[in-house]
Amino acid sequence: MHPLLRVNGLRRSFDGVFAVREVDLEVPRGELRAVIGPNGAGKSTLFNLIGGQLRPDGGEVVYDGDRIDRWPSHRRARAGIGVVFQGARVFRGMTVLENVMVGAHGVTRSGFLGAVTRAPRHRREEREILGTARECLARTGLSAWADRAVDALPLGQQRGVQLARALCGRPRLLLLDEPASGLRAAERAELAALVENLRTDGLTVLLVEHDVAFVSRLADRVTVLDLGQVIAEGTPTQVRADERVIAAYLGAEVSA
Amino acid sequence: MANELAGYVITGLGTGCGFALVGSGLVAIYRVTRVVNFAQGTFAVIGAMCASSLLSVLPHGIAEPLAVLAVALVGLLVGFVAIGRPGTTPQAALIVTLGLAIFAYAVVVLVWGDQPRSFAGVPGAVTVLDGRVQSHYLLVIGVTVPVFAGMALFFGHTDLGRALTACASNPYAARVIGIDVRRMGLLAFAIGGALGALAGVLLTPVQQITFDSDVTLIVNGFAAAVLGGLTRPAVTLAGGLLLGVTQALVAGYGNAAHQTEIALGLMLAVMIGRAARRPAALEEPT
Repeated sequence: MHPLLRVNGLRRSFDGVFAVREVDLEVPRGELRAVIGPNGAGKSTLFNLIGGQLRPDGGEVVYDGDRIDRWPSHRRARAGIGVVFQGARVFRGMTVLENVMVGAHGVTRSGFLGAVTRAPRHRREEREILGTARECLARTGLSAWADRAVDALPLGQQRGVQLARALCGRPRLLLLDEPASGLRAAERAELAALVENLRTDGLTVLLVEHDVAFVSRLADRVTVLDLGQVIAEGTPTQVRADERVIAAYLGAEVSA
Repeated sequence: MANELAGYVITGLGTGCGFALVGSGLVAIYRVTRVVNFAQGTFAVIGAMCASSLLSVLPHGIAEPLAVLAVALVGLLVGFVAIGRPGTTPQAALIVTLGLAIFAYAVVVLVWGDQPRSFAGVPGAVTVLDGRVQSHYLLVIGVTVPVFAGMALFFGHTDLGRALTACASNPYAARVIGIDVRRMGLLAFAIGGALGALAGVLLTPVQQITFDSDVTLIVNGFAAAVLGGLTRPAVTLAGGLLLGVTQALVAGYGNAAHQTEIALGLMLAVMIGRAARRPAALEEPT
């Protein structure tokens, strides 16, 4: 069976400077893959090329057998790619629960007529969405905040809202951009347990992270980027012992 | 004296409902697309003209909803022209809608002529608190109130409504969760078209409509919508009603020639008062 996500020779430059060059990556179904690298390694660019926020200059992104690198991001989301950004990309002016419920939009069937006439099918679907949203809030530990305005939550929890919102869309591939940054130790442990849990459910996760320690405990495999290229790939233990990885993180010269 | 007052107030509420409908159409479109739709008054004019034509072959109660539906399609068309091309800025789209509104004059004059048009509404008059009011004004109010209640329900309690609200709040994040922001913008234009047409269809029996009636409607509708920062339908309703009642009172007790100026002056005073009290109210939420 083909991998859920395959990236081939992916390239993207900004003003002539390569952010990602000739990156290859394969993520099989059910795997928890981490992409790590020092600042400026091209992690975020790669993340946005897969999520659809950026278009590549060359190369391809294949998801579940479809070439998606030219798809707009909403189409990728509908195909089952859930995205959680590092920054707070929430819907201000809506409650936490509404933020999560709207995440189901990609899998909702009722159209405008159903909504306006309040057809039975629409009402049933509305109840299902509410149920799913409450489950997702419970999973992310945000149930107590459900009816609060999302603006009132601290930044770390707003990221939790994004995660619950992504889960409400029943994704098959979850993209997480530095989910642990800015979290306290206890919050990190909770997040790690949650991600572990999602993997157990069969969700494929691609985790972009700066923090090697956080990733080492979680990931099945780790891909290391430096200066826009893959410099190592393997289990966390293998990668941590790799000289080039150590050198990249310490900023030392690498003799290839 | 007292009986006159009740009559003026109800007449004003009826007219104000029209302003509020035009204004809420502006709000529906602005929230999702950040485009101020200058063709909003045109929707009302075309709706009224369509209804007057349809009424020559169809009975009341069928012709009017059909006209509203037809203008929803016109709204969709305006949306296509204004925001259909990816990458069009809201400012450019605003100019496009202004151009379309002027173009619509030509179309309306060509199809329906330049003479005022009207058609019969609910006949007769009723007595409210000793004041005589045309019954049709009660229909205007009786339709507008459920429409606003329905909109609140739609935006707050349906997936599509939430998706529209999400686009209004953060288009970038909306795309990421699978919302086609452009399609939502087009839907908003269709909703705006229907709301504008509803205003035209409801008001025509009590106020004749000509091809350039859109100016009065858009000026008042815009004033009502701006009161709610162009984003809040409920405040728009309040603003529309306030404008309508003020104008009716000015026309009734004073000089009808100055009714619009005085009402808009009052609106300006309300907005300045609000801004002074809550400076943050004018800040754009990001």
